[in-house]
Amino acid sequence: MFKSEAASWFRIYEMFKFESFHMYGIISSALGISIILTQSIKKLKIKSFYGEKLTFNSKTKSFSRYMIGGIIFGLGWALVGVCPGPMFTLVGAGYISIFIVIIASLLGTFLYGLLKESLPH
Amino acid sequence: MNWIYEPWPWYLAGPMIAFIMFLLIMVGKNFGMSSNLRTMCTVCGAGNKVDFFKFDWKSQKWNLVVAFGTVIGGYIGSQFLSIDTAVAINPVTISDLKLLGFKSAGTAYLPRELFDTRALFSFKNVLILAIGGLLVGFGARYAGGCTSGHAISGLSNLQFPSLIAVIGFFIGGLTMINFIFPLIF
Repeated sequence: MFKSEAASWFRIYEMFKFESFHMYGIISSALGISIILTQSIKKLKIKSFYGEKLTFNSKTKSFSRYMIGGIIFGLGWALVGVCPGPMFTLVGAGYISIFIVIIASLLGTFLYGLLKESLPH
Repeated sequence: MNWIYEPWPWYLAGPMIAFIMFLLIMVGKNFGMSSNLRTMCTVCGAGNKVDFFKFDWKSQKWNLVVAFGTVIGGYIGSQFLSIDTAVAINPVTISDLKLLGFKSAGTAYLPRELFDTRALFSFKNVLILAIGGLLVGFGARYAGGCTSGHAISGLSNLQFPSLIAVIGFFIGGLTMINFIFPLIF
């Protein structure tokens, strides 16, 4: 994450400006290989390393929660330039300010849990 | 071996992400980083107040280990595997950011104007970081996943809801950069 610059605010900004292939290359190559791996596991009924059957959780059907939730996430992602993986990378890289982002994102998660019942899903 | 000190290209990073997802699936887990935020809320005792956080967080310990691994990865990557961490973004993007007031564009890993420890003395900066984090945490849980859970895990399992979420991520991101950035920076 750090070395590929996926944890860099600048790369996220550049991605949303469509001014570089870098981030799209990371996401699409990760996704392309993941599709092949996931679909092969399903088709070939590959067992886990422990010999157990592998099941994949389907996401519940809905439009509003994914669209509204996605937009809110996107607004935050572009503003602070990190999603929930890279924020931990930046802790390791020694950025003190990222703790504000992490604490706030914990608060945001808590707020969702608090308001869950009154939100459209 | 000099390449290791240079920024890693996308065709190395992308397959590595896919490999992590593969390993997690093969041990019967799934790839999704934002679930950790929920687990951390539970660890902090949120389950006493809100039902959403009432679950056995120990069952999610493995994912906290993954998150801790990214902390270590960030430390190793920045301390031992980098000589210059300036991110060489597109020169067009750099001049665009300079107009917005980000003079550190092209010379740093994160914008100093926002992430430098000294920038924390500005109330506006702290507010920006806090609001951004709040939106990320709230949005990820509302959408049921973030970049890893939807754009990688969900889409590779051909889940239509994940496609809606990813489209949402971009609507949000484009709105922020094109319409809200000019207002706040």
